Amino acid sequence: MPPGLELRDFAALLPEIVLTVSALLLLVADVLLPRRGRVLASIALAGLAATAVALVPSANAHLEVANGLLAVDRFALFFKAVFLAAALLTVLMSIGYLEVEGARAGEYYFLVLCATLGMLVMAGSIDLITSFVGLETMALSFYILAGFIKPNPRANEAAVKYFLLGAFSLAILLYGMSLLYGLTGTTGLRVMAATLAGQPASPLAALAVMLVAAGMAFKIAAVPFHMWAPDVYEGAPTPITAFLSVGSKAAALAMLLRIFLEGVPSLDADWRPLFWLLAVLTMTVGNVAALTQSNVKRMLAYSSIAHVGYVLIGLVAGSSRGVTAMLVYVVVYAFMQLGAFTVIVLLHRRDLAGDALADFSGLSRRSPFAAFAMLVFLMSLGGIPPTAGFMGKFWLFGAAVEQGDYVLAVIGVINSALSIGYYARLIVYMYVKRETTGSEPVVSPALGLTLAVAVTATLLFGLYPRQLFSYAEVSARALGTGAVLRALR
Amino acid sequence: MGEVVGFYVLATLILVFAGLVITARNTTHSVLFLMMDFLSVAALYVLLGAEFVAVIQILVYAGGIVVLYLFVVMLVNLKRPPESYRDPRRQGKLGVVLAAAVLVEMVAVAGYSRVAPAPVAAAVSPVVGNTEEVGWLLYTQYLIPFELASMLLLVAMVGAILLSKREL
Repeated sequence: MPPGLELRDFAALLPEIVLTVSALLLLVADVLLPRRGRVLASIALAGLAATAVALVPSANAHLEVANGLLAVDRFALFFKAVFLAAALLTVLMSIGYLEVEGARAGEYYFLVLCATLGMLVMAGSIDLITSFVGLETMALSFYILAGFIKPNPRANEAAVKYFLLGAFSLAILLYGMSLLYGLTGTTGLRVMAATLAGQPASPLAALAVMLVAAGMAFKIAAVPFHMWAPDVYEGAPTPITAFLSVGSKAAALAMLLRIFLEGVPSLDADWRPLFWLLAVLTMTVGNVAALTQSNVKRMLAYSSIAHVGYVLIGLVAGSSRGVTAMLVYVVVYAFMQLGAFTVIVLLHRRDLAGDALADFSGLSRRSPFAAFAMLVFLMSLGGIPPTAGFMGKFWLFGAAVEQGDYVLAVIGVINSALSIGYYARLIVYMYVKRETTGSEPVVSPALGLTLAVAVTATLLFGLYPRQLFSYAEVSARALGTGAVLRALR
Repeated sequence: MGEVVGFYVLATLILVFAGLVITARNTTHSVLFLMMDFLSVAALYVLLGAEFVAVIQILVYAGGIVVLYLFVVMLVNLKRPPESYRDPRRQGKLGVVLAAAVLVEMVAVAGYSRVAPAPVAAAVSPVVGNTEEVGWLLYTQYLIPFELASMLLLVAMVGAILLSKREL
């Protein structure tokens, strides 16, 4: 009889348990309390904050819990902190948005919390089955959230497209996973790594790795698996677009790192060229497509595709410096991207999406604070010092150079320069154009707080990146036994 | 020997039914062929000694999913001739070419790979049945994903109610 769970397991799983309980409480509160969006939002915020507190007791742990299905280590902790921060900012952003749209708050926050739960599991999972269930929990919540504003036909299109392509990509991912299971007889990533290391290279293993890579590339919207992203990002409610582009991508990247660096590191001759190609295509296509967009949400969608390309450079490098740079970039990207979407939410009115380029025209006159915040986010997205985006890119490209991959670094730099073109265009609209078509933005306390946090983080990590880097370095080292990364060097 | 014969008979049936699913002109027939396909796959599982998976295959796929398909087919009333669904850009032909390429690739990979089947981690005890074994594993070793799946189902339920109700 296989062993069950012990008290120690439940103690280590406290964050997940707290989050699940809060999500369920939210669903009950929605029925019992009078329908007040703000009350429900504060329950959601309290639940997320309590989850963050529950992370503290096992902050320095390095354990395998639940019969080796989940790891509680610094790597998981790092990502969990990012997910919770992103979820907190998303809820703050959503309060006003839901009131304007007149949408139901209870289920909305419940789904946001469930998506976060899926992400927590994905970051900690060292077993394919657990990873898959976590991924599904997150993805299903997002399918529904994308179509949450039912009267909007674009939201419906977004939800259906995301659901169909998501299900399709999941089938590909599962096929790859089942081949890996067939080759090794295990779903545990660490046992799998040991088994594969003793096997000669085979085309079947290469095929399995390719299928898993393709399935995960869908989730992080890497080119050529990115077609769904612009439509879904444009159609989904703006706070969800923000959460989707930050939380869901970060979670998929965490799972990607776990699978490829802990599960199949010995097959790196197969997956490294694959990710090299994906990184180059993703950067280039994302940036070139973003240049021609007139809708800011679409532009940010393509730009977020490009940013995934930059992040993949760290995986191609495969060194501990590369993974550290990836972790840093995930944090940096989270704040600048969430911040940029917050400004769009700010311009949102019932009859106005607030995402047309013209809506930003003359924003500096209407709301100097919002325009300044957007300026900071755009500079950071473009990688201009002294913002955090510069430090992040500097380290990613540095990781490629360290591995002697100058071509990849140069392509990255060229793409960075290219991206400044469309970010600068938006800045020109905000600061130079005089005619205003957009609405008069009213900065509510919640949105003001979101913007302030995002601006502070973006500038702080740009000016004093040392603390973030040392956290990321420790977290990257926790991945696997550390021997994995050494073998790759 | 008997097992080998059984496998090839079932494999042939599965392929034939799969072919009929995509070539049948009547959508309802297509769904019924799909059910036959699912049943043959279930028989294959029995042959492998996986009774539990076989029963689930029949209950969920041949049962629930086929009913769902039939329901949708009857709901949307596909009376138009198949010709009216032809795509003008001829993407169907491209699909056939790509599918053939993938098939060739898979066969090549399977042919070139000389991989011994991986040792199965837990041997099924002959006394306790397969189903009992799966139950034990679900509630001990895989308790966490099992519990998480219940949250997943809750999300699906909330979503289904939310999206299908006109006004709550």
